[in-house]
Amino acid sequence: MLTYTIRRLVLAVPTLFFISLVIFLLLELAPGDPMAQVPLTVPAEVKEQMREALGVGQPIWISFPKWLYQFFVIEPQVLFDHYFGTSFSEGDFRAISWQTRSPVMDIVVQRLPQTLWVVGTAYVVGFAIAIPVGIYSAYRQYSLFDNAGTFVTMVGFSVPPFFSGVLVIVIFSVQLGWFPSIYDTTLVVNSWETFVKQINQMFLPVMVLALQITSQISRFMRSSMLDNLNQDYVRTARAKGLKERTVVMVHVVRNSMIPVVTVMALSVPQIFGGAIITEQVFKVNGIGQLLITAIEANDLPMVQTLTFIFAVLIVLFNLIADVLYGILDPRIRYE
Amino acid sequence: MSDYDTNTPKAPDTATAMDGAAEGLTGRTPLSDPIPVAPPKSQWADVWSQFTHHRGAMISLFILAVIVLGVFLGPFIWRADPQAIPSVVDMIKQRDARPVYVTLWDGSAKTTWANPLGTDNLARDNLARLMYGGRVSIAVGLLAMALSIVLGAFIGVVAGYFRRLDAPLMRLTDLFLALPLLPLILVGSLLFREPLAAVFGIEGGTFVLIVSLIGITSWMQTARIVRGDVLALKEREFVLAAKSVGTQPGKLIRKHVLPNVMSPIMVSATLGIATAIITESALSFLGFGFPPDFPTWGRLLNDSVDRMVLYPERVVWPGLLISLTVLCVNYLGDGLRDALDPRIRGR
Repeated sequence: MLTYTIRRLVLAVPTLFFISLVIFLLLELAPGDPMAQVPLTVPAEVKEQMREALGVGQPIWISFPKWLYQFFVIEPQVLFDHYFGTSFSEGDFRAISWQTRSPVMDIVVQRLPQTLWVVGTAYVVGFAIAIPVGIYSAYRQYSLFDNAGTFVTMVGFSVPPFFSGVLVIVIFSVQLGWFPSIYDTTLVVNSWETFVKQINQMFLPVMVLALQITSQISRFMRSSMLDNLNQDYVRTARAKGLKERTVVMVHVVRNSMIPVVTVMALSVPQIFGGAIITEQVFKVNGIGQLLITAIEANDLPMVQTLTFIFAVLIVLFNLIADVLYGILDPRIRYE
Repeated sequence: MSDYDTNTPKAPDTATAMDGAAEGLTGRTPLSDPIPVAPPKSQWADVWSQFTHHRGAMISLFILAVIVLGVFLGPFIWRADPQAIPSVVDMIKQRDARPVYVTLWDGSAKTTWANPLGTDNLARDNLARLMYGGRVSIAVGLLAMALSIVLGAFIGVVAGYFRRLDAPLMRLTDLFLALPLLPLILVGSLLFREPLAAVFGIEGGTFVLIVSLIGITSWMQTARIVRGDVLALKEREFVLAAKSVGTQPGKLIRKHVLPNVMSPIMVSATLGIATAIITESALSFLGFGFPPDFPTWGRLLNDSVDRMVLYPERVVWPGLLISLTVLCVNYLGDGLRDALDPRIRGR
């Protein structure tokens, strides 16, 4: 198992390298000039110097290794310095955003908590609903609950977040006035009232994201349960006189969870991707919104870093899914 | 008993056949065993009869047909121009009309039968815009799906059939699966907009751009499924037989392999339409799709979000149509998968 994990880890390195190169080459083609917003009164040679300072127009064999070095060497040092008060990164040049002229990672770190809060809560809520629904609708296949559940999950699966988000805003925040439609990032949670306020403003985006997660996972859980319910070991368990509850909740559910757990891991990057749209609808200024504004403003270092972070998430959670699958299912161990 | 009479209804005949079987067990000569009554059905007739049993899929097929016909034939009946903006005075008089059904609960609302679904803030007819928007959305969905299926099936068949190409092609598939697709589509739609607009015009360029971006980023699942099936097929006797009579690889793939992997391809094609429509709408919604005055469902939704409190219908109709189309397509895919799976056919 360990060798398998290590082999997968080693394989992830060239994959990530290749992805970052692909992203870099794609962005290399980008039209647009970071100096477009600078006033015309600034003389041309000053602009040229500013361009040079930002590292615009460097050939790719210089800019790409430089970016790699900044991302993998300097940024960890900065993080280390931040936590332990050391000064490894002093005098190093960090990747600078063309929009704000401040280090890219600083902005990402500012934006990350909002995304993590919304996405994380939606993830937990989604799974907490999906798994019981999946279990029950498989156990009572073709019952009223199952048919209704299948229909609702199909709808949740088909309604895009930019419509469901807008719809819940119209219903819950405009007509009923229960929840705010805009996420207030400046809110500091330090008392019971602010906590309630935070829950209030998180409710709608979490609901929209959780609907998608729930519909995907409960369909998966249901079909996985159905596969297992007809297996011989279930008959054996019943035949030896176990309680029905034990048979289903212990034997069947545990085995059905194996593929579902890997899907859990695989869906994490997907949810981050889906959060791009949800953040736009609810005006949450998380990393999805940061990406959109960066693309619109031609802020290439920011786009490069954010896209790469998304890629790292995908590769990382693919790896986690594979390893989990190996741990949970002894039949699938690639030694 | 007229065993060869195919006009007799099926059910009673089967019943007599069953009786015959039962009597045959109680000591009749083997010669009087029942002979199959109905002529053998083709595979696709079988699939269709199984498909008609899937109630959700049949209802979806009907709704989808209504939407598609309405969107493509509707503009020939409802001849309002989706782009025409009347002169200033008329525009101010006619704009922001509500749909006619609003009078049911709000008698003072500004409605007119000239625009059954109301007008937008530039006095353009909402119904006509919905129809034209639907044309574009559905066309993007179909073409992007076709592109992704062709790519996916090609790569899948080649990887499965030619052992030497298997590893590199599958690594490529894995790599594509590891790419963050939505961010890259967003970046791509910004990068290649101008060069393509120069060649095909602004609208045509955006159309080509979005179709190819979605197609290029969604072929991987199809390729994986097809490759797996081809690998299994390659070991079967009929492929060996075809090879042993000297069939060339190209012909063998076309005549023997491809027809046998049609069912997974068709299922992923159906589901691919749904993803393509959603991606296109998401792009338009984020402002990376078609230009503002060019109606597509996602664009219409995006343009109306700012004033959705006053004019909820402008958000609800395009959103509803997107969701309904995608829902129907997903149900169709479900029904198709059930119908094409021989293990559950006839159950």
